[in-house]
Amino acid sequence: MSPELALLNGLTEPLQYAFMQRSLAVAIMVGIICSVVGSYLMVQRLALLGDAISHSVLPGLAIAFLLGVNIFVGAFIAGVLSTVIIGWIHTRSPIKEDAAMGIVFSAFFALGITLITTIQKDNKIDLNHFLFGNILGVTAGEVRDTAIIAALVLLIVVLLYKELLFYSFDPLGAKASGLPTGLLHAGLMVLIALTVVASMKVVGVILVLSLLIAPGATAYLLVPRLHQVMLLGAGVGVFSSVSGMYLSYYLNLPSGPAIVMVVSTLFALAFLFSPRYGVLIGSGRWPFKVRR
Amino acid sequence: MAPAPCITIDHLSVNYRDVQALRNINLTLRPGKLVGVFGPNGAGKSTLIKAMLGLMPLVTGRVTYGEDTLAHQLDRVAYVPQRSQIDWTFPATVWDVVMMGRVQKTGWFNRFSTASRQIAQDALNRVGMADFRDRPIGALSGGQQQRVFLARALAQEADIFCFDEPFVGVDQKTEDVIYKIFRELAAVGKIVLVVNHDLGESIMNFDQLILLNKELIATGPRDWVLTRDNMTRAYGGHVGFFGHVA
Repeated sequence: MSPELALLNGLTEPLQYAFMQRSLAVAIMVGIICSVVGSYLMVQRLALLGDAISHSVLPGLAIAFLLGVNIFVGAFIAGVLSTVIIGWIHTRSPIKEDAAMGIVFSAFFALGITLITTIQKDNKIDLNHFLFGNILGVTAGEVRDTAIIAALVLLIVVLLYKELLFYSFDPLGAKASGLPTGLLHAGLMVLIALTVVASMKVVGVILVLSLLIAPGATAYLLVPRLHQVMLLGAGVGVFSSVSGMYLSYYLNLPSGPAIVMVVSTLFALAFLFSPRYGVLIGSGRWPFKVRR
Repeated sequence: MAPAPCITIDHLSVNYRDVQALRNINLTLRPGKLVGVFGPNGAGKSTLIKAMLGLMPLVTGRVTYGEDTLAHQLDRVAYVPQRSQIDWTFPATVWDVVMMGRVQKTGWFNRFSTASRQIAQDALNRVGMADFRDRPIGALSGGQQQRVFLARALAQEADIFCFDEPFVGVDQKTEDVIYKIFRELAAVGKIVLVVNHDLGESIMNFDQLILLNKELIATGPRDWVLTRDNMTRAYGGHVGFFGHVA
């Protein structure tokens, strides 16, 4: 067998299993929405907020599991609740937003770990799968839920694209033109929470930040407009999550770290070799001279 | 046709954190005049615009345009923030930024119309930036960036234009373009309010001056406002400018 054929075989053969088909479907969907939504986080310098929301979903997930509710719903509620509390602390006290995030997300995370550790003793629930991802273990129900979330997220981004672009670029100008910026910000928080929830089983809550930020950041070094960043970023995200799935399958790795190693490598390549900004071969236009 | 309405600022006071930033401001801004807001650093010039537009809470007072609160009629306002408030590394082209001026008029869920694109293109032509349409905004000079923002404001087809320090870090050509467009806007009956801090020759461009230092020192035509007494009250004894003082 030629090496090309062997490689092709290595990629297609596992797909005869239903669990691999489910994993592939989820990897593609999560790769797309993480990159698209994460692009907003990157341009708004809200990376830490993405981290905060992702760590905060755990207690909601545990409580939903205990109550027998869909764990995606519980995780989503906890994620949104954490942003509300962060906003509350930082507007009602002199505490800065990043400090508020640090306090709230670690508190939520600690509560989540405590709850899951307690209940996993006598239940079929594994803390590690939520922390580091277990893409090979997704159920048909989770594929369905991920599909619903992905459709919803992409629909919102497409419908609100021009408003979210204006708001992310110039929040004050957007507000002064009469756009409801508070509502747009809340919408963005909901998008992030939905995306994190859909990604839990793929990358895990600890490393999901990487899949949110790195694809957009990679694309940002290569193309100049936000929708192009999102589209190319989605390609990077899908490639990474699918590659991570195979690494997980063949090397028996947790899927989160496998995906993150791929996407980080892609970012490093763009950082070194981007035609516009690459530190090794770029046209040398960065840093731009700031003329004042 | 009814005469175009004025903006009336009535007993406006604003706090920034716990410090009073503006105290009991009363002003009328009439259409057709180029109005300049002057005062030392920290005088509350930018705060005045933000408070007028409802971008920060008022402690007391009211700002009306015609019959209703101005903050309820923001679809008639074009606001250009200070250039330093913008992240110029944002992944957007000149065209993307000018089209932001059409977002509010286009409405939720709608795509930009051909008419909107034409309005944005005309605005770019007017500021002399049509050749830069597809450039990333980060690759422009300060003056070019400011002209793109001016084009965005023009594309909004507003009745009220508020500019915060539009001349900071711009070249002479840009300054000429901006003043020419300000004059054109005033000539067709728009309200044009410009925060500035340069007390040089350019002050001659303005029809009405507002001299501010936490409170309103003086307002009116240049000769009324630029008295030695007013300047001392605004700037203390340290102002080196007296070239145009009556």
